[in-house]
Amino acid sequence: MAADEPLVLGIETSCDETGVGIVRGTTLLADAVASSVDTHARFGGVVPEIASRAHLEAMVPTIERALKEAGVSARDLDGIAVTSGPGLAGALLVGVSAAKAYAYALDKPLYGVNHLASHICVDQLEHGPLPEPTMALLVSGGHSSLLLAPDITSDVRPLGATIDDAAGEAFDKIARVLNLGFPGGPVIDRFAKEGDPKSIAFPRGLTGPRDAPYDFSFSGLKTSVARWIEAKRAAGEEVPVRDVAASFQEAVVDVLTRKAVRACKDEGVDHLMIGGGVAANSRLRALAQERCERAGIRLRVPRPKLCTDNGAMVAALGAEMVARNRRPSDLELSADSSLPVTEPHVPGKHQHAHDHDHVHEISKDNLYS
Amino acid sequence: MDTATPAVTVALHDGASVIASSGQVDARRHGELLLPAVDRVLAEAGVKLDAVTGVVVGVGPGPYTGLRVGLVTAATFGSALAVPVHGICTLDGLAYAAGQEGGLEGPFAVATDARRKEVYWARYEDARTRTGDPAVDRPADIAEALAGLPVVGQGAVLYPEAFPDARGPEHVAAGALAGLAAERLAAGQELLEPQPLYLRRPDAQVPKNYKVVTPK
Ligand SMILES: [Zn+2]
Repeated sequence: MAADEPLVLGIETSCDETGVGIVRGTTLLADAVASSVDTHARFGGVVPEIASRAHLEAMVPTIERALKEAGVSARDLDGIAVTSGPGLAGALLVGVSAAKAYAYALDKPLYGVNHLASHICVDQLEHGPLPEPTMALLVSGGHSSLLLAPDITSDVRPLGATIDDAAGEAFDKIARVLNLGFPGGPVIDRFAKEGDPKSIAFPRGLTGPRDAPYDFSFSGLKTSVARWIEAKRAAGEEVPVRDVAASFQEAVVDVLTRKAVRACKDEGVDHLMIGGGVAANSRLRALAQERCERAGIRLRVPRPKLCTDNGAMVAALGAEMVARNRRPSDLELSADSSLPVTEPHVPGKHQHAHDHDHVHEISKDNLYS
Repeated sequence: MDTATPAVTVALHDGASVIASSGQVDARRHGELLLPAVDRVLAEAGVKLDAVTGVVVGVGPGPYTGLRVGLVTAATFGSALAVPVHGICTLDGLAYAAGQEGGLEGPFAVATDARRKEVYWARYEDARTRTGDPAVDRPADIAEALAGLPVVGQGAVLYPEAFPDARGPEHVAAGALAGLAAERLAAGQELLEPQPLYLRRPDAQVPKNYKVVTPK
């Protein structure tokens, strides 16, 4: 770690985790997370107002914890990065407001960055600088996309995305049908380990020869699994929870990895990055490894804690923005719940606003002194 | 600063009077407007934020999304600058302003817009003395209890049938909030913790993309 690499604090509040991370260049120094997931569990999904309230409570304590963990002083930071979108509007607003206040109070540049690009960039903390271009499969409760990123700070191109539900949503839904609780990802993964993934042939959506090669669909799979379970129950038979979990999970990760490997081959990219909460799934990691090896592709998946939402990923992208001299955001930065993936960051609109204020300030001083 | 109502308001106060202030009314843009307003107010006064020795923030009651902008901004300033952050009930700020600007002595009530056809409100014996906790109600349900009293704020203006004697100011001003806080601090009184007064439980609505798709 070189001392001249940018030291950046990143804030993430797009969903139910209040994350604050600190990185120096591509080195992780702190990753503090406060989660409200337990509060949402009884509702079977993330309740936006509950998440926003929890972010407000956790925001400053999490910033202070991260600084302590990293052993750095806020004065030494080279920039403050924050997820400005996409995500839940009210939740994003808490983080964006905090980041703006922090950057302003410390007189540091502010970078509003894209949540999805951050999920990709976080792998720099694990496996070093991203190759260019980077092929990334992003899978979480909110997103399932294949992205090609020639430059993670300025050029991210969507190759395909889900046309209905995100992969993580399908896990939540099936866990709910199986009465396994929320969130569904970790619990399905656990049960699937003891089940037979080949026992039930669930459909693989959008894998026909005429289907969009890089798009995903999990809605049909979800319905099919739910119907299969309902039929068992209606017949008074016991539902083989482990086999259902394993077969469902296999259908999801089969499609994800098949399409990701195909995208790498088609685009001539020799490695694949997988990020997002679903990238913590053990079967996805194993099958991706197997298929990538067979295809001569190098797989890059960060450790599970860096796959789920966290502040370190935001800091990682912020550090890259600083390193590449990208234009900071301005004080008007908004939370944008539908920020397109093609915008890795939100540069300031009024480049001269600061100069103008400065002149104004000086002339005023002269008037009264 | 206060963002608990449609007003985004910021003021710099030196303990005796307001040095500079800003007030904008835009219920949907608290997040965009607050920091530039802070910057403008400080620039007008010719000081930097690190000259500030304390932060006062309106804790509501207010519709949640905007309210949090002021609270998280104040808390973050407090942490970054290592200065105390005090909370003041937004309705108290309005009552104080009504006494200062409108010469309203009391008793009276204050009401702000709580949306969903309700108001946040409280009763005052005089401009500095609230009697009872702030509440959220439908105007028609409290009209009788407040009959004959002047009612200050946008909540009164919006419902003239329930509150015929509506008075200004319509919106809270941070200068009044800071003035009230300075008075209370000088008198050795405790201020509130900078925690939100929501007065409503969160809507436990899971967004549509999480909807149940199991065949019933
Ligand atoms: Zn995410």
